[in-house]
Amino acid sequence: MKFDRQAIVVAIVFVLLAFVPLIASLTEVPFYLDLGRRMMILAIGALSLNLIMGYGGMISFGHAVFIGIGAYVVGICAEHEIVSGFIQWPLALLACAVVAVIFGSISLRTRGVYFIMITLALAQMMYFLGVSVDRYGGDDGLPLAEPSDFSSLIDLSEKTSLYYLVFVLLLLCLWICQRLVNSRFGMVIQGARSNEARMEAIGFPTFRYKLTAFVIAGVMAGLAGALLANHTDFVNPDMMHWTRSGDLIIMVLLGGMGSLAGPIVGALVFILLEEALTGVTEYWQLIFGPFLILVVLYARGGLLGFLEKQPSSEKTRG
Amino acid sequence: MVDPALLFEQLFNGVQYGILLFLLAAGLTLVFGIMDMMNLAHGSLYMMGAYIAATVTLAADSFLLGIAVALPATLILGVVLEVIVLRRLYDRGHLDQVLATFGMILFFNELVRLIWGPEGIEVPLPTILNQSLTLFTIPLPIYRIVVIAVGLLVAAFLYFLVVKTRTGMLIRAGASNREMIGALGIDIKRVFTLVFGLGAALAALAGVMAGPIFAATIGMGEHILIQVLVVIVIGGIGSIRGAFVGALLIGVIEILGRSFLDDLFKLFMPVNAAETAAPAVASMLIYILMAGVLFFRPQGLFPARSG
Repeated sequence: MKFDRQAIVVAIVFVLLAFVPLIASLTEVPFYLDLGRRMMILAIGALSLNLIMGYGGMISFGHAVFIGIGAYVVGICAEHEIVSGFIQWPLALLACAVVAVIFGSISLRTRGVYFIMITLALAQMMYFLGVSVDRYGGDDGLPLAEPSDFSSLIDLSEKTSLYYLVFVLLLLCLWICQRLVNSRFGMVIQGARSNEARMEAIGFPTFRYKLTAFVIAGVMAGLAGALLANHTDFVNPDMMHWTRSGDLIIMVLLGGMGSLAGPIVGALVFILLEEALTGVTEYWQLIFGPFLILVVLYARGGLLGFLEKQPSSEKTRG
Repeated sequence: MVDPALLFEQLFNGVQYGILLFLLAAGLTLVFGIMDMMNLAHGSLYMMGAYIAATVTLAADSFLLGIAVALPATLILGVVLEVIVLRRLYDRGHLDQVLATFGMILFFNELVRLIWGPEGIEVPLPTILNQSLTLFTIPLPIYRIVVIAVGLLVAAFLYFLVVKTRTGMLIRAGASNREMIGALGIDIKRVFTLVFGLGAALAALAGVMAGPIFAATIGMGEHILIQVLVVIVIGGIGSIRGAFVGALLIGVIEILGRSFLDDLFKLFMPVNAAETAAPAVASMLIYILMAGVLFFRPQGLFPARSG
């Protein structure tokens, strides 16, 4: 059973992640805590992308824009001295939902390569907006004066608490994805990926379903953004840059597209690889670029694909 | 009120920028049109062209020699990339194509950083090009006039190639039905390598000509690539005519927006608000235009393929 192997991998990953703060404090390398948090935040972003890309076939090359918007809403609120997380975070998610409805309505009118390019262009538009608005730091970004304040519920300035909050939210997002994918809604989305005309003929308004999926994914990425702002104490337009969207796609692909836990494994591997390669050479992308090409050419199913040992999946198109 | 002389000057600059966009869009749109291949690394070829030309120009103190070396070098680089990597991607989905060519971008950006360092290279112009003509008291830099002239020549050449020659006929046939012309015994792969090489050379030409205007910098390729994608989407994938019209439109809007939008906004807004809003809106203008075009014509202004 392929699901069992996946479940085992996921369980191992989460157990390891749960012990990272302990290991960090025992070895007195707080950097591990930082690294683990970043991995999990990006994993939430990758999970959300996988929802539309892996299951819905919507290849968005601008998904990082929602991470950026989520982060910016938190940053802008803090700039105006609205520090309560109970206001900041719902606002961040709401902003992502609104933008996702607008971007989705435009981009989902098209398909294939047009969809890729439009999501890319819309995201770049927001990136340039971030760069050009000097009030909120422009190119230099906006430092977060203090973390989101959840009064007595949780203290995010305590880095271990933030770590476990991210941990719990990642689990929550994984659970939501699992529920969604196996629901009627998820079936329609997957059906639309393999044959949209057929789904419409059966009577499903696929556009509305796809738009809903797009918005859910955008909101989930916005949550990652709100976390990221608290993680780095800083927001800048670079979070929305199209190469960040590319990174998210790489994570999904590395882990295995269209598998539930693939993006989580992919995000972990991506960050570890980045750390390892930057340790080897300052010019790490000189190695990472060709590595990526090789993965695309020869390892289509990603890491979890290897686990499933299905050589016949080689021919299927993404 | 807007100064008409300034308006004309910026219009001129917009056309010149549009020509650069066209040189990149022409190659990319043909590659898209024929092989249904999304090549993000097109911008990297533009960057490599600019860097090679800059190096040779500075070393040999000859701009012409820079062009003479950069064009064939980039053409060869493009063909090598096509044979080694891209050829394997034609039967793959767009996602694979996007990712593999994204990997190429990472590689080339880092390669340039390794070889030439993180700083950009300013490319000096030969004195003969570094002057201005004066037309009704408006100074027009000769170099920019040359860029426009070269672009128009390329457009004419491409039009001739695509519409009047046998190769062009194969290109058009390939764009409308790849399987069919393969079945008719035409080696579409060879046609494609040719088109790809041509596209690479045009990208290099754009890079060479951009060098003295913007300087050669890391990441110059991606910045312009996104705008080129907008051009292609607006023009219609696979259409040279669409690429030409789209490129000029985007070039002019981009330049005029940055120059005059704040004046325009000040007509109906407080000065402060206008000065804040204008740069933000100016940088979003072309994307708004693209969204508008797609809303009414999802296939672009000049759709090349039917169905």
